[in-house]
Amino acid sequence: MSARNRELFGLIPAALLVTAGFTAVFIQRENVLSNVSLTYGAIFLGLCLAGHILIRVTLPNADPYMFPLVALLSSFGIVMVYRISATDARQQAQWFVLGLVLFAVTIIVFRDYRKLEQYRYLIVVVSLVLLVLPRFPGIGERVNGAYLEIKVPGGLSFQPTEFSKIGLVIFLASYLRDTRQVMVLGARRVLGVTLPPLKHFGPVLVIWGVAMLALVLLSDIGSSLMFYGALLAMLYVATGRLSFVVIGLLAFAIGAWYLGTHIPHVNARFEDWQHPFNHHLYTTIGGSFQLANGIFAQAAGGLFGQGFGESILTVGSGHSPLIPFPQTDMIYAVITNELGLFGAVAVLVAYLLFIYRGFKTAVLARDSFSTLLAVGLSTVFALQVFVIVGGVTRVIPLTGVTLPFVSYGGASIVANFVLLALLLLVSDRSRRPEP
Amino acid sequence: MSAQIRRLFAVIVVMFGLLVVWTTRWTVFDATALNNNSLNVRTLIATLKIKRGRILAGDGTVLAKSVKQNSTGYWLRTYPQGPLFSQAVGYSDLRSNQSAGLEKYRLDDLKGAQTTLNSVFGPLGGNQDVGDDVYTTLDPKAQKLARQELAGRAGSVVALDPRTGAVLTMYSNPTYDSNHFNAPCSDACQLNRATQGRYPPGSTFKVVTATAGIDSGKYNRDSIINGDSPKTISGVPLQNDNNQSFGPVTLTKALTDSVNTVFAQVAQNVGRPTMTKYMKRFGFYALPPIDLPKSELRTSRPFDFKGRPFKPGSPNEDIGRIGIGQGGLLVTPLQMAMVASAVANGGKLMEPRLTSKVVNVDGQTVRTIDPTVMSQVMSPQTASAVNLMMRNVVDEGTGTPAKLGSGIAFAGKTGTASIGETGSGLTQPWFIGFAPADNPKVAVAVTIEKTQGQFGGQVAAPIARDIVQTLLGEGK
Repeated sequence: MSARNRELFGLIPAALLVTAGFTAVFIQRENVLSNVSLTYGAIFLGLCLAGHILIRVTLPNADPYMFPLVALLSSFGIVMVYRISATDARQQAQWFVLGLVLFAVTIIVFRDYRKLEQYRYLIVVVSLVLLVLPRFPGIGERVNGAYLEIKVPGGLSFQPTEFSKIGLVIFLASYLRDTRQVMVLGARRVLGVTLPPLKHFGPVLVIWGVAMLALVLLSDIGSSLMFYGALLAMLYVATGRLSFVVIGLLAFAIGAWYLGTHIPHVNARFEDWQHPFNHHLYTTIGGSFQLANGIFAQAAGGLFGQGFGESILTVGSGHSPLIPFPQTDMIYAVITNELGLFGAVAVLVAYLLFIYRGFKTAVLARDSFSTLLAVGLSTVFALQVFVIVGGVTRVIPLTGVTLPFVSYGGASIVANFVLLALLLLVSDRSRRPEP
Repeated sequence: MSAQIRRLFAVIVVMFGLLVVWTTRWTVFDATALNNNSLNVRTLIATLKIKRGRILAGDGTVLAKSVKQNSTGYWLRTYPQGPLFSQAVGYSDLRSNQSAGLEKYRLDDLKGAQTTLNSVFGPLGGNQDVGDDVYTTLDPKAQKLARQELAGRAGSVVALDPRTGAVLTMYSNPTYDSNHFNAPCSDACQLNRATQGRYPPGSTFKVVTATAGIDSGKYNRDSIINGDSPKTISGVPLQNDNNQSFGPVTLTKALTDSVNTVFAQVAQNVGRPTMTKYMKRFGFYALPPIDLPKSELRTSRPFDFKGRPFKPGSPNEDIGRIGIGQGGLLVTPLQMAMVASAVANGGKLMEPRLTSKVVNVDGQTVRTIDPTVMSQVMSPQTASAVNLMMRNVVDEGTGTPAKLGSGIAFAGKTGTASIGETGSGLTQPWFIGFAPADNPKVAVAVTIEKTQGQFGGQVAAPIARDIVQTLLGEGK
């Protein structure tokens, strides 16, 4: 079977899931089987087919599993969001359409994605501006203790970090392609530790500084972990020097420790993470209430979950949330609550498969820029999943980033479709038969 | 670069492994502890969304039911009978975690069997959100009568079916309204005096002493004992009422006229170990095995002058005075109803219980609470001897005001314990008994708190008579 036919068949589970999911939510809500559920399924399948045909025409050799996995995750996401809020799900569907449009634009405009390298300094500056934009008064908005969103006219808000992550990866892939050789050759051994040459390492230190700045200015532990983690991963792949990674991790750990103990709002996040069930922290506004209730929700889910649509999200007459931000930050807790450990692990496996295909693409790529781009995009995607799921499950302090393709969020859906487009572009080039 | 990429992917697999491990930690290993965490309101809210079953009287009168609050969708409890059954039925407000009585004790039944296995498509197999009905054995007519007769006086009425242990009446005055259990009220209105009120039993306890004397073989109902007054008991002179000397009398006559000195001698003669053995068989020294929360039950037993309970059979107990219901002995009305009930049922004491069955929403009986023997207190022969003696009390002794007009024989015993400071004239009047004496169907205990010199025969016996008459009229 050709790659594209495999992709087409891969879409069937997604279509079935979205239909079954909506059916379940409708039955739970109205006790009737409405044909609306079938309509939703049909529309969704139509959109996926459109995406598939676009790939068939423009990228015939691209990886056949990535698009169906994304379709599966976003169909699952839209059902979950619908179950939490019908209004949000309608918006999410619109974002999904916009995401597909940008997906198509990216594929068509950057058919030869290597021309992105020409704009690398523009890209990195725009990315860094976007990153600190939410901190400026009048533009930014403090959500849940962190500055992650900017307000857009029309009452919408927008998380620019979603786009920054792609921009930074493009920059690093291009920069490291140029300097990887000199970094290795120019390295010196100081006290038995291999250090890279400062001249070429400078931009990397800038990113480290930005990650730390993100931590201080944006109170955002998660984003800094995401960016910095992607940087180290790409550095490692580019140079093959584990010592760089170790030094980098030490620098990050020291920085995080210092800021965590000296900046009050970062320290508060650490405290909430360490003691979510402490009565004082639990009752403090913006304290550990969200994290603790996310964990309670997971505990109530058990192995098999309480069933689709059965999760308790609000207290009393429905105005005070029991799980704050169920459709964005805490969606993993709602998934675990309703579908149990098995449902949650299934979602993680779907992500891991997608990440695996991303790394596979990186291995198959024929030039360093393509390899580093695929590695960077896959890693940043993996780290985003790790940051939010790890935050909700208390592996690391909780930060509000979205669960890619599943959480409600316009910027997230659109940016991740661009990320998918870039990965498919790299994949198509690397799998293209030799002329 | 592909070796590095493979290693990097391995690191990511490990990181995802951590996510799985932590998710497992919350959903499996720590789940029980988290579900029971005091900060966790999730379980509570789930419970509030269950329509708990009703509590019903023996005749189907609704005593408690669930009503949906429109703004929240929570099911809250309401009590159609207001204050009439409050002490037995109790109340329950899960939001504030306040509950009492059967509402507390039978919460699991009222919530119904909640299956833990759900499916992706929601709960299958029956509606999970409706609990089961709990049927009690209480009789609304007798309950109403008890409330009327006690009106304005603190006290309690307990009636049991001696054959099954079914509680037919359990009323305590003053009472409160279960619908407004948080409203302030005077004189410990929420105290269930039937199970928590502790009073000196006075002469009603002579039934226990007579049982120990006869069943141990030391006496029979015709034994002659000297009833002169005063008599020295435990080194201190003990008097009969009005210091009246009765001369040599039979045990039956002594019970009929409630001769203190006779029963003090019987108790001393039977001895502390034997008296303690019989008291334990009647249920003293232990919480009664009734279906109410333990916090709402009190043990009936002797206490020293500092209010500390004596160890059963302690050499410091004044067993002579305990034998006539003094000596620091404090009992609950339920315990005294159990004493009457054991004699009535041929010596076999049944466990008292308020609930008869649990019925699900489809009308199927999920569980029946079967009558259970608590102990064989005495031989049937002893029981019939004590029965005859108690019949004499109502026929010609201190209990004549309890006589049933219908010609049905009523066996009983009065009691009037002196309480308060010496010379205050305060008394605790009692009456215990059962009817019909030849085929007992109802056993009863009535007491009134702190009266100004009134006697059990005078004020408690008429209430007992009316309750018994009503219950027998109800076909009990």
